[in-house]
Amino acid sequence: MRRLNVLVCAGAACVSSQSQETRDALRVEVERQGLAEEVQIVETGCMGPCELGPVLVVYPDGAFYVRVKPADAAEIVSEHFLKGRPVRRLLWEDPQARRIVEQKKQIPFFEKQLKVVLSNCGAIDPENLDEYIAVGGYEALGRVLTERSPAEAVAEIEASGLRGRGGAGFPTGLKWRLVAQEKRTPKYVVCNGDEGDPGAFMDRSLLEGDPHAILEGMAIAAYAVGAEKGYIYVRAEYPLAISRLRVAIEQARRAGLLGTRILETDFSFDVELRIGAGAFVCGEETALIASIEGRRGIPRTRPPYPAARGVFDQPTLINNVETWGNIRHIALRGAAWFRTMGTATSPGTKVFALSGKVRNTGLVEVPMGTTLRELVFDIGGGIPDGKACKAVQTGGPSGGCIPEHLLDTPIDYESLKALGTIMGSGGVIVMDEDNCMVNIARYFLEFTCDESCGTCVPCRAGTRQMLEILDRIVEGRAEAADVERLRSLGETIRRTSLCGLGQAAPNPVLSTMEHFADEYRAHIEEGRCPARVCRSLLRYEIDPSTCRACDRCRQACPVEAITGQPGKGSYVVNADACIRCGRCRDVCPFGAVAVTSGREA
Amino acid sequence: MERITVKIDGRDIVTSPGRTILEVARENGIRIPTLCHLDGLSDVGACRLCIVDVRGQLVTACTTRVADKMEVLTATETVQAYRRTILELLFAEGNHICAFCVSNGGCELQDLACELGMHSVRVPYAFPRHRIDASHPRFLIDRDRCVLCGRCVRVCAEVEGARTWDFAERGSHARVITDLDVDWGDAASCTSCGKCVEVCPTGAIVRKGASNGEMRKRPEVVAGLKERRKHG
Repeated sequence: MRRLNVLVCAGAACVSSQSQETRDALRVEVERQGLAEEVQIVETGCMGPCELGPVLVVYPDGAFYVRVKPADAAEIVSEHFLKGRPVRRLLWEDPQARRIVEQKKQIPFFEKQLKVVLSNCGAIDPENLDEYIAVGGYEALGRVLTERSPAEAVAEIEASGLRGRGGAGFPTGLKWRLVAQEKRTPKYVVCNGDEGDPGAFMDRSLLEGDPHAILEGMAIAAYAVGAEKGYIYVRAEYPLAISRLRVAIEQARRAGLLGTRILETDFSFDVELRIGAGAFVCGEETALIASIEGRRGIPRTRPPYPAARGVFDQPTLINNVETWGNIRHIALRGAAWFRTMGTATSPGTKVFALSGKVRNTGLVEVPMGTTLRELVFDIGGGIPDGKACKAVQTGGPSGGCIPEHLLDTPIDYESLKALGTIMGSGGVIVMDEDNCMVNIARYFLEFTCDESCGTCVPCRAGTRQMLEILDRIVEGRAEAADVERLRSLGETIRRTSLCGLGQAAPNPVLSTMEHFADEYRAHIEEGRCPARVCRSLLRYEIDPSTCRACDRCRQACPVEAITGQPGKGSYVVNADACIRCGRCRDVCPFGAVAVTSGREA
Repeated sequence: MERITVKIDGRDIVTSPGRTILEVARENGIRIPTLCHLDGLSDVGACRLCIVDVRGQLVTACTTRVADKMEVLTATETVQAYRRTILELLFAEGNHICAFCVSNGGCELQDLACELGMHSVRVPYAFPRHRIDASHPRFLIDRDRCVLCGRCVRVCAEVEGARTWDFAERGSHARVITDLDVDWGDAASCTSCGKCVEVCPTGAIVRKGASNGEMRKRPEVVAGLKERRKHG
């Protein structure tokens, strides 16, 4: 037994801000100061507050260090580990109360969360099977295999009311039953880890932080539906998740938790990893199946659904990473327990990736039914720099924007759908008054337009046309009729496209047109971008009364659009030459450069 | 044999399960416009022109199987409007200049535009730049006129078994290619059977030497071939 346990976050965000160098520095210091026998340093999965990384927690006291650099290692070891005095300058400080918080559990970011799926993320070493087993891992699989029939295992999931966490919210238990009822063998179970929404990193974090939980969930399902083979499809952009999955699969095989006669029962199951080649559309289940089979990753029409005809035309059960992460908990603690969390129609918790204009960006898990306001303000800590929240985007390129005045909406599948957006896989992008909603809509549409597979006409050619119109709007070349054109094209694409990607592609545009119609009008009718984002609609001017003719702006201007004599009178921006890069405003020490938008009267 | 009843455009039709809406409709003299569908080839539902209304849901008639008591409307005003929009999108994304096309007067895209009353294209033309590949000794492909229906890809794989044609890239950059994107003339797998020429609905894949409006195709040969093979 060691005296201190130090958990260093090794999620991708912390790794990219040098958490591994920090860990190495800590190890060296612990060794040097003779504490190797007393202090254990463990790498864990994502703890959540990515913005504060690298983060680490010291147990048993629970001190939570943020933004730790390798150079801080010596001080932490000599002061905290040796003398028992936490290094206060590195502890988390409440930005509003200006108060240092001593313990991780007192931090509001963690206080309001309910970690079920993420319970192991940030608590155990994801590359150590013993740690996973020590916190109850593979107990659910053991119990299901020895105490329950496959039908009972399916019934438990059905009774739990769990719905697909990939975004659409299809009842998971029903999916399981449909596959279980299929007579044809072999059957397959598939983990969809092709997380591609901009701003979403739930699946990555879960795969990196608790890979065995996914394997266990898949093994339980395989037993329940009668499959012997599973595929995990992960995008190549997630190298850390891939390497940890490889380690976990190998460990599970060696421990007899994957392979033939698992836990000495008659049940055999093994998993193969498939690496995606980068197409967003492969997150669509039929495209994902095509990609697993080694074909071009394009969707096909449904029915037949994968439950009847999936991988290699055989019955296939496909669930999203987070859905798989829920399975072992339900199998172990029961459907009734699961239903104590969340709402009647959307039980359980949901993992979200908070990003954008919010103080605490990162990975969070809350019960369904939590309001967006709680998510953004209580857990997310609100909007930085004293700005006001304008909207929250959910569901990525398939979702929509929810205006600030509707943030008290509880998060569940139906409520979000009623607002013209979707739950989606869990990306939540917060926007403040500096975000232009037309520009945001254009961004997402450009994304789907690029990612359209090109098979069906409405998605391939229709999104292209919508993008053209949005280009005109943000560049001030649009006319009033363009709004109706957008709506009509959007309707056509939504109703006639082949797959979910196309059908949902117009959502970001249609939802912003509904909730932020005034911003569209300002762009089209007044040539004005209210958030001053759309470059073509901006004008840079130097206020003669504030300008001191210091010459800085002229030197900074990359296109020589500013003229003037040092020390003499005021400088002038030549609007025709100006590319609205904003450098003059950034360098002006007197705040003399003003940005305006809108046609001159 | 099991019998089911479906209602298409108000008419009760007795048929057997497992058949597509398109098949049942056509047998009963109800025309549904199609472009990517071709008798004798598998169906993919790519062009979306055969969408029909099944109790408010829009589905492609070529890929959806009939079910007992199914109610289908093949030409509601909304459906026809969507079809016209889809056609306009097709015309605008390529360079379909009928007056200068070898297939003028023998083009399925042109026929559909006439049939559906597409009087004008309300969206701006993309005027894409494509390369014409005339490297094959007998045929050529002008991708300006390609609608990406994929009939060439399917006929080559499903009937000829050569798999010369395939798709490359995605979205508005998607295009059909021969072998691993080599010039058609260098595509070693091509048997020069000419089936892709016959099934191409527009003037994209054509025989060399045809002048304006001279190209005529026989897409029906595929169904005939399939039929003869069945009887071996």
